[in-house]
Amino acid sequence: MYVNSKNTLLETILTLNNLTKHYGRVKAVNDLSFTIEKGNVYGILGPNGSGKSTTLGMVLNVVNATSGNYTWFDGSDTTHNALKKVGAIIERPNFYPYMTAAQNLKLVCTIKGIDPSKIDEKLETVHLLDRKDSKFSTFSLGMKQRLAIASALLNDPEILILDEPTNGLDPQGIHQIREIIKKIASGGTTILLASHLLDEVEKVCSHVVIIRKGVKLYAGPVDELNASHGFFELRCEKHQELLKALEAHPDFASLKEENGLITAFLQNPLSAQELNRYLFDQGIVLSHLVMRKQSLEEQFLQLTSQLN
Amino acid sequence: MLRLLTIEFYKLKHSRSSKVLSIAYFVILSFIALIASIEFNIGDIQVRIADQGIFNFPFIWHFNTWVAATLKFFLAIVIVSMISNEYSNRTLKQNLIDGLSKKEFILSKFYTVVAFSLLSTVFILIMTLILGYSFSDYTEFSIVTREMEFLVAYFLKLVGFFSFCLFLGVLVKRSAFALGFLFVWWIFENITYGILRWKISENLADTVVQFFPLESMKNLINLPFQRLSFIETAANQLQADISIDYAVHWYEVAIVSVWIFIFIYTSYALLKKRDL
Repeated sequence: MYVNSKNTLLETILTLNNLTKHYGRVKAVNDLSFTIEKGNVYGILGPNGSGKSTTLGMVLNVVNATSGNYTWFDGSDTTHNALKKVGAIIERPNFYPYMTAAQNLKLVCTIKGIDPSKIDEKLETVHLLDRKDSKFSTFSLGMKQRLAIASALLNDPEILILDEPTNGLDPQGIHQIREIIKKIASGGTTILLASHLLDEVEKVCSHVVIIRKGVKLYAGPVDELNASHGFFELRCEKHQELLKALEAHPDFASLKEENGLITAFLQNPLSAQELNRYLFDQGIVLSHLVMRKQSLEEQFLQLTSQLN
Repeated sequence: MLRLLTIEFYKLKHSRSSKVLSIAYFVILSFIALIASIEFNIGDIQVRIADQGIFNFPFIWHFNTWVAATLKFFLAIVIVSMISNEYSNRTLKQNLIDGLSKKEFILSKFYTVVAFSLLSTVFILIMTLILGYSFSDYTEFSIVTREMEFLVAYFLKLVGFFSFCLFLGVLVKRSAFALGFLFVWWIFENITYGILRWKISENLADTVVQFFPLESMKNLINLPFQRLSFIETAANQLQADISIDYAVHWYEVAIVSVWIFIFIYTSYALLKKRDL
C-alpha cells in the first residue's frame, strides 16, 4: 500500500487552486482544488463529460484556464519545464504516423532533453521491443496505447498521468494495460488516473478525486470515501421478526428488502459476531449472514446522486 | 535554438513527402543554370539567351534571385504541411505535454523557415558565382560584388513568404485550405489594387498596396527583364517609357520585416489563446 507516515513531510507534486474552465456558458470545470502528493496513486473519477480531461488539459498546459491556477512541484519551475518531469497520456495516443516506434520515442527524448538510451528498456516494459522498427501507423490501438505509456515513462517521471488509458481496448488490451499500470505503481511512481471505470480505479488507486459536472464531490483516500461502516446481508425464516429486531437496533441506519434478502446499512460500527449474538438472544436464527463494505461503485453512485 | 532546430529537422527528415519536395526544390533551383543553353531564332537571327547579358555581373544577382524566388511554392507546401500535420496528427498537443512550450513550438517552426531561406540563399549565391564567372563579360571584383543586396532581399522575401505560410498553417490548421487561402489572398490584393486604381488613382493604388504582405514581398525584387539590353533597345526604338525603379529600398525591407514580425507573433498569440 501507499501509505505516507504522518511524521514525514509530504512532497507536493501538483496543487490546483480554484481551477475553472468555461466553454461559453458551459462550466466544464468549476472551482476545482486538490493536491497530489508524492507516492500515492490517485484516481479522478467522474461520469463522461464531468470535466476530467479538461482538468488534465489545463494542468498539462494545453487548455487555458478561465480562472484559478495550478502549480507543479511547489511552483519552483515554469510549467513547461515541470512537464519534462511528468509523463502523460491524454485521450488517444498521438505520434507521427510516418515514424517508427523507436524514432517517435527518440523525438520525445529530444523534446524532454533526456538521454535516448532508455528507449529499449521502456519498449520492453510495454512488450513492444520486437516492433520497435515498425511504423506507428501500422500499430493496433492497443499497441499505440502501450507505446504512449512507454513514451510517458521515458524520463522516469515523478508522476504519470493517464487519461482513460483503457478506452476502446479489447479485454486483453485492457488487462495488459492494467498489469503495466500495477507494475509501475508498485515501483513507487505517483500516478494520476482519470477514468469512468470504477473497478479500474478501485483496483489500483489509494486516493480518489470525484468530480461531477465540473464540481469536486470528494477528494481523499479511497477508504475514507464514505464514512459508512458497511452493511449486512441477512436472511432467516422468521422474516418479520428479523425486520423488527433490526429496526429496534440503534446501530442501523436503513433497511432494504429484496427477494427475501434483507440489506441493513450501519451507521455505527458493529461486528458480525455482535449482531449474530444480538439476534440469537432475540430468538432469531440466521440462515445467511454476510458483512460487506460498500464497493466504490455503490459509494460513487450514492455520492453522485446526492447532487440530484 | 539548436535543440529546437534539431527537433524540427528530425520531424522533417523522417517525412517522405517533405524530403521529396525539399530535394525537388533544390534540384529545380539548379536548373536555372540550364537557361544558359536556351537558344531560339527570331527570323534569321539566332538568339542565345546566355549572350544577351543576363549572366553579366551585376545584373545576374537581380536575375537569378528573381527567377529563384518564383520557385518558393515548393517549400511553401513543406512549411504549410509541417504545421498542419501537427494539428491533424494531434502531435502538437503531445509535444506541449512532453514539455515543449508554445513559444518554443512556434520558434522551432520559425527557425526552420529561416534555415530553409538561408540554405536557399547560399545555394543561389554559389550558383550565381559559378554562372557569372562562366558567362559574364565582366569579372572584376568590384563589379561582381555590386548589387549583392539582391541576395539580402531574396533572403527576406523567402522568410516573409514562409512566415505568411506558417501563419496560415496555424490559422487554418489544414494544408490544402491554407494554400487555398494564400491564393485567395493573392487575388484579394490584386482586386484591391485594381479597384483603387480604377476608382481613385494609380498613384494611390501603388501607395496603398505596397503595404500588403504579398505585394511588399514582390516589390523587394522587381521584374528584371526591363533591364535586359535588347529590351531596352527595343523600348527606346518604340519610344516607350518602361523605366521602373528596380532597386532594393530600405522601406521595402522595413515593410516586409514588420510583416514577418506580425505573422510570427500572431501565430504565437493564436496558439496561446487556443485550447487544443
